[in-house]
Amino acid sequence: MTVKVRIPTPLQRLTQGQEEVEGVPGTVISLVKDLDKKFPGIEERISENGKIRRFVNIYLNDEDIRFLNAEETAVKDGDEVSIVPAIAGGSCQEVL
Amino acid sequence: MGHIKGLKCRECGREYPVEPIYVCEFCFGPLEVAYDYKSISKTINRKKIEKREQNLWRYRELLPIDGDPQVGLNSGYTPLVKADKLAKVLGVDELYIKDDTVVHPTLSFKDRVVSIALTKAKEFGFDTVACASTGNLAHSVSANGAAAGFKRFIFIPASLEASKIIASLVYEPNLIAVDGNYDDVNRLCSEVANKYRWAFVNINIRPFYAEGSKTIGYEIVEQLGWKAPDHVVVPCASGSLLTKVWKSFKELKEVGILKELDTKVFAAQATGCSPIAAAIKQGTDVIRPVKPNTIAKSLAIGNPADGFYATQVVRETGGYGEDVSDQEIIDAIKLLAKTEGIFAETAGGVTLAVTKKLIETNRINREGVTVICITGNGLKTQEALQGNVVAPHHIKPNLTSFEEVLEKIQK
Repeated sequence: MTVKVRIPTPLQRLTQGQEEVEGVPGTVISLVKDLDKKFPGIEERISENGKIRRFVNIYLNDEDIRFLNAEETAVKDGDEVSIVPAIAGGSCQEVL
Repeated sequence: MGHIKGLKCRECGREYPVEPIYVCEFCFGPLEVAYDYKSISKTINRKKIEKREQNLWRYRELLPIDGDPQVGLNSGYTPLVKADKLAKVLGVDELYIKDDTVVHPTLSFKDRVVSIALTKAKEFGFDTVACASTGNLAHSVSANGAAAGFKRFIFIPASLEASKIIASLVYEPNLIAVDGNYDDVNRLCSEVANKYRWAFVNINIRPFYAEGSKTIGYEIVEQLGWKAPDHVVVPCASGSLLTKVWKSFKELKEVGILKELDTKVFAAQATGCSPIAAAIKQGTDVIRPVKPNTIAKSLAIGNPADGFYATQVVRETGGYGEDVSDQEIIDAIKLLAKTEGIFAETAGGVTLAVTKKLIETNRINREGVTVICITGNGLKTQEALQGNVVAPHHIKPNLTSFEEVLEKIQK
């Protein structure tokens, strides 16, 4: 068993079109670093100086990692990680 | 006549042409309109603005359109009410209400952003406009879109209150009631926006749409006699309005219309959804998303995308952020109505209640000029006051019955 990582459309160019790739357990940030070995360039798009970019949301088993332990959230075998670009400006969440 | 240089990513600075796009392809940051302020400063001045019609387009050089305004020709330029009675209650010298309960045509500040969004949608050649909303935005796009001759798709959660649905349906848009909660509507809309060539005002038109909020700030400065206030209190949902009010002040300084700028900007939120106020209080710029639970539904964004930028503005200007309970919101709505005769929606209650708190804790000093932004009309959220207003006096249709009641009232 490994970690399932769901890749959003804008980043699938870096994963040769794959929507889902395998990642290694550890922490969210170590998983991102490791993905870059297989898919060069992906780390830079998702994170900057060891922090997840402000407009990239990461979900561990459907929970936003900011509700967990952010970049240091532990990722185990069998977990599912989703990378989702925030819709810039919070647009769709606007309820005004 | 346009003075736009292009679009620019707020995060990484990458530049893009003027197109219906909203997100940086590289870092997913939001795109923002970049202007040529040098050329604007040569073409605009106080006298020129003062001679124009009293609507939001009097500041057109600072708005992201290329041709003539096409939508919202009667929107904006709402009253800046000098609130002396309220000032007395709060114990401050000079207080003003920027009263967007009366924006034409749908009684909230959303008519400002929608005016710019739909004008831009025309310039881009769209024939269909769309939005995802549960209230003011749905109302405004339905109305302004009808007048401007657009086909309209309005996405709402199916569980929305009947009164709100009727307020949009009267304009006969295609109202799409999505069987799901708000998050489901959100997700669906981003997929729809990707697939159909429509102008989603708060998605692919957002960089232009959001600029409309600046007109509140321009008007405040003009109505104060071309001066910026010492304090401005702004309600925060996504945080966009607060950042745009501050941007408007800075732009007026940049183009030479405003001589001095020393305004403190304050963020107002409901305790049941206060990720921005919480970050400000904790002195961090990390916004921790929350699950909203407040009567101020129009401010209930738990994951505010402009939250980071809002905290930056508050810090940069020496302002602060505060939050208030549902009861404080209701009390403030009633206080505003009783003292100034203005009926604000719940977001207005948030803004006034926060202002009161900021004055009591000396974050706002009592001698300065304070402006509070009231962004929507109370007639839209009457259910929030259910059980919290005084009861009517029931009488029989005769004078004796009336005078019995009158005697009780006058006691």
